[in-house]
Amino acid sequence: METVYSSIPFLAMVTPLCAIALILIFNNKPNLRETWTILASLTKFGLIVSMLPAILDGKVIECSIVTVLPGLDISFKIDALGIFFALTASFLWILTSFYSIGYVRTLNEHAQTRYFICFAVAISATIGVAFSGNMFTTYLFYELITFSTYALVAHKETPEARKGAKVYFVFLFGTSVAFLLSATFLTYYATGTLDFSNQGIFNDARGRGLSDVFLIVTFGLFIAGTSKAAMMPFHAWLPRAMVAPTPVSAFLHAVAVVKSGIFIIVKIVLHLFGINLLNELRLGTALAYCASFTIIVSSVIALRQDNLKARLAYSTVAQLSYVIFGVALLTPSGIAGSVMHIVIHAFGKITLFFCAGAIYAVTHKTKISELDGIGKKMPFTMAAFSLAALSLIGIPPLGGFISKWYLAKGAIEAGEIPLIAVLVVSSILNACYFLPIVYKAFFKELPQGETAERNEAPIIMVVPLVLTAIGTLSLFFVPSLFLDLAKMVVAGLN
Amino acid sequence: MKFIQELPVLIIVIPLIFALIIPLTGRLNRLIPWIIASTITFFCFLISISLLMTVLDTGRISYWLGGWEPPWGIEYAIDYLNAFVLVVVSFIAFIVSLYSKKSVEMEIDEDKTSTFYSVYMLFITGLMGIVITGDIFNIYVFLEISSLAGYALIAIGKKREALVASYNYLILGTIAATFILIGIGYIYMATGTLNIADLQERLPALFHSKMVLVALGFFTVGLSLKLALFPLHAWLPGAYTHAPSVVSCIMAATATKVGVYAMLRIIFGVFRIEFDIHFIPIANILIVVSSIAIIAGSAIAITQTNLKRMLAYSSVGQIGYIVLGAVLANQLAMTGSIIHILNHALMKGALFMVVGCIVYKTGIEDISGLRGMGKKMPFTMGVFTVAGLSMMGVPLTVGFVSKWYIAVGALHAGMWYLIPVIITGSLLAAVYVWRIIVNIYFPDELPEQALQYTDGGTEITDHESQYSEAPWIMLGPTMALAALCIYFGISATAPLYVAEKAAVMLLQ
Repeated sequence: METVYSSIPFLAMVTPLCAIALILIFNNKPNLRETWTILASLTKFGLIVSMLPAILDGKVIECSIVTVLPGLDISFKIDALGIFFALTASFLWILTSFYSIGYVRTLNEHAQTRYFICFAVAISATIGVAFSGNMFTTYLFYELITFSTYALVAHKETPEARKGAKVYFVFLFGTSVAFLLSATFLTYYATGTLDFSNQGIFNDARGRGLSDVFLIVTFGLFIAGTSKAAMMPFHAWLPRAMVAPTPVSAFLHAVAVVKSGIFIIVKIVLHLFGINLLNELRLGTALAYCASFTIIVSSVIALRQDNLKARLAYSTVAQLSYVIFGVALLTPSGIAGSVMHIVIHAFGKITLFFCAGAIYAVTHKTKISELDGIGKKMPFTMAAFSLAALSLIGIPPLGGFISKWYLAKGAIEAGEIPLIAVLVVSSILNACYFLPIVYKAFFKELPQGETAERNEAPIIMVVPLVLTAIGTLSLFFVPSLFLDLAKMVVAGLN
Repeated sequence: MKFIQELPVLIIVIPLIFALIIPLTGRLNRLIPWIIASTITFFCFLISISLLMTVLDTGRISYWLGGWEPPWGIEYAIDYLNAFVLVVVSFIAFIVSLYSKKSVEMEIDEDKTSTFYSVYMLFITGLMGIVITGDIFNIYVFLEISSLAGYALIAIGKKREALVASYNYLILGTIAATFILIGIGYIYMATGTLNIADLQERLPALFHSKMVLVALGFFTVGLSLKLALFPLHAWLPGAYTHAPSVVSCIMAATATKVGVYAMLRIIFGVFRIEFDIHFIPIANILIVVSSIAIIAGSAIAITQTNLKRMLAYSSVGQIGYIVLGAVLANQLAMTGSIIHILNHALMKGALFMVVGCIVYKTGIEDISGLRGMGKKMPFTMGVFTVAGLSMMGVPLTVGFVSKWYIAVGALHAGMWYLIPVIITGSLLAAVYVWRIIVNIYFPDELPEQALQYTDGGTEITDHESQYSEAPWIMLGPTMALAALCIYFGISATAPLYVAEKAAVMLLQ
C-alpha cells in the first residue's frame, strides 16, 4: 500500500482546538462565538473529505507529530477504517453544532462558552483517535476524550449531574488506566512496538514465543480497558451519562465517545492482534458471545425503561455490541457489516437523541409514558424518530438493513448458527422497545388538556434531525461510499 | 579560561559566600536579600548548565579541591548523573527564589527575611555540594549543612507547630546522618579511602566482609530516613505542612531528590549492583518497601484535608516510584527513576507553588479553600490542573514519561506483578487529585461565608471583583513549572538522553 505523507490530518485534528481561543475571546457575543464553532466544523469536514480520494485510491496517509520518548511517538496513519470514522464524526458534528446552538438557546443553558469549548476539544480528540497510527496516540486521545466530555456530562451542575459525571469519570478513567494502559505496557514489552499493522502486531510477533496465556490476558485487558465501547459489564457509565444535555448525549454518546470505543476495539482485533491469531486462540468466538450477551441483556433492560433517554442509552449499549459482534466474527462480511454499522447506528441514534432533545426543549417531557399523541404536535420530529427507529431495527428500505444483512452473512460464514439467532432475537427486541413509542406518538390521543396544535422545536433543531433521518434512508439507497470503504478495510487486511 | 576550569567549585563557593553577605547587606534594604538570592541562584543554574554541556562533550569532569590529588584530596566528580541532578536542583532553587518574594513577605516576619535568604543559600549550597562531590565524607558534611539549614528554614515561619515539626525532623535527621556517618566509617575502615571512584574499585574485593555488609545496612537506613522512604517518612508530613510555603516548595522539589541521588550514588555507584542483588538482597527488600511506599503514600494522601499534608504524603508515594525504578536494576527502570527526579521536582514544585499562591491570597490551606476557585484564580488553578494531571500519569505530561519507563522496566525485569502496583499508585493519585479538580471547576456548594481575600496579609476591600489572581511574581514561576511539565511530557527526548546515559553508567 502506498504511503502519502501529509500534514492535513494534523490540521484537521487541530482545527477545533484553534477555534477554542476564538470562542473564548468572543465569550460575550454569542452569535459570533457560535460562528467559530460552525466554521471549525465545516473546515474540519472539508479537510477530511480532501483526504478521501487518496484513501479510495488505496493509499495510506501518514503524519508524524512528535516523538515523546524513544519508542513512543504521536503519529497519525489514516486508512479506510480511520477515514470512515472520521467522516461520520465530522459530518455529524456540523449538524450537532447547529442543533446544540438551538438547544442551549431554547433552554437558556448556563456556561455556554465552556460547553462549546469542551465540545471542540472532544471532537478534536475523537478525530485524533480516528487517525491514530499507534496504540500510544490512541490512548492519549482516548484519555483526552474522557477529560473533555467530563465537563459536558457535569454541565448542568445539579447533584444528579455531578454524581453521573463522577461515575462516568471513575469508570472510564479507572478502566483505561487499570486495563488499557497495562495492556499497552505489555504490548510494548512483548513486541517492541505499538504501531498498528495490517495483519496485527501480535500476529507479526508470533515468532517471539509469546505464550497463549499472555496473549489471552492481554486481549482481555484491552477489551476491558476500552470501556467506552460499553460492553457489559463495563457499560454502567453510559446510562448515568444521560444526565448530560441532550446534544451531548446525542453526539458524544451516540457518535463520538462510544464510537471511538468500538473503533478502538475494531482496531485492536484487526490491527493489534490480527484475524489469524484470534482465530487460532478462539478469542473471536469468545468475544462474539460476550457481545451477544450484552446485546440481548441490554435490549431487555431497554424494554423496561420509561425515561426516553435511558431507553436510548441501553439501546446504544446493545447496538455498539453489534459492531463488536461483527468484527469478532472475523469473516469478511462480518467485518464489513460491523464497520457499516458504525455509520448506520451513528445516523440512527443521533436522530433519536435529537428528537428526544427536541421533545424536551419544547414540552419538557422526558418519559415515554407522557408521549401519547405527540406525533400530532411534532410531526416532523416524530417522523424522523420513526425512520431512525426502523433503521436501527433493521427494516428495509432503511440503512440498518444493510448492516444487519452483512452481520448475518458474517455469522453464516463463521459457521456460528447460534449467533444468527442472536441477531434475530435482538432485532425483535429492538422492535419491541422502539415501535411502541412510534405507536403512542401517532396513534394515541393526546393527554387531557393539551391541544393538537403544531408546536415543533425551533427550526435550527428540526433541520439537523430531519437531515440525519434522511441520512438513514439514503444509506440504504446510496451506501456506496461507506460500503466501499468498509470493503477496503477488509481488503486491506491482507 | 581559568574561570571555566574552576566552575565546579564556584558553584559551591559563590552561594556560600553570599549566604554570609546577605545578613550584612540585608540591613540596608528589604529587597536586597531577595535580589541577591535570585541572582546567585540564577548564576548557579547557568554554571550547572555549562557543566552539563561539558560532561556531554567530554565525559566525566574531575576537579581536585585545592589541587590535592585524590584519594587524599577531596575530588569533585561530575558525570551524567551529577550534572543532571545539579541542573534540576539549581533550576528549582532559582525559580523558587524568584517566586519567594511575596510569599516570604507574608509568611515570615520582616526582621527575619535576611536570615531566611541567608539560610536558604546555605541550604542550596549544601544540596548542591552533596550532588557535586566525589568524596563520601564530603557528602556527609554537605548533608549536615543542608539538613541544619533545612531545620532552620522549617522553623523560621510564624507558626508554632513548625517548631515541633522542625524539632522532629532534627532528631530523625540527625539519626539518619549519624547512621550515614557510621556507614562511612565502616567503609573507611575496610578500604582506607573516602573517594567514591576509589571505593568503587576497592570494594568488590571486600564484598564478603561483614564490615561492608553492615555499612550497606547503615547507609540504607540512614538514606531512607533522609529520603522519607516509607516507613521512615514520619518527619515529612509535619515538616512540609507547617513550614512556610516557599520552604515546603523547595524541600519537596529538591531535598528528597538529592537524598535519592545520594542513595543512587552510594548503593549503586559505590556498592555496585552485584552486591545489592547477590550478596545481600537489598534490592529485593527495597522493591517491596518502595511498592508499599507507593500505595501507602498515595492512600494516606486521600485521607488528608490539609492541602500541604496531602501533597506531603503524595511525595512519599512518588519517592516510592523513584526508588522502585532504581532498584529494579535494569536500564529502562533506572532511566525512569532518574527522569522522575526531574519530573517530580517539576510537578511537586508547581503544586506547592500553587498552594503558596492560595495561601497568599486567602490564607487557607485546606482543600475546601479551593472550592470554586476556577473562576477567581484561573491561571493558578490551571497550573494545579496540569500538575495534577501529571501526578495522575496522563499522557502528554511528565508524569506519564516516568511511569512508562518504570513500568516497561519492571516488565523487562520479569516482575509483571509490579504493574498493578504502579497502576494503583496512578489510580490513587487520580482519586485525590481529581476530586480537587472537580471541586475547583464544579463546586458543589458555595462556602458559608465569602472568603476573606487578602493580598499578602492586608485585606482587599473590593470583594466584588470576580477575578483575584496571585501577583505575577508568584504566578510567573508557577506557570513556568507547569509549562515545563507539559513541554517535557510532549518531548522528553532531551532529558531522557542524559538520564539514559546516567542509568547505563550506574549499572555498569
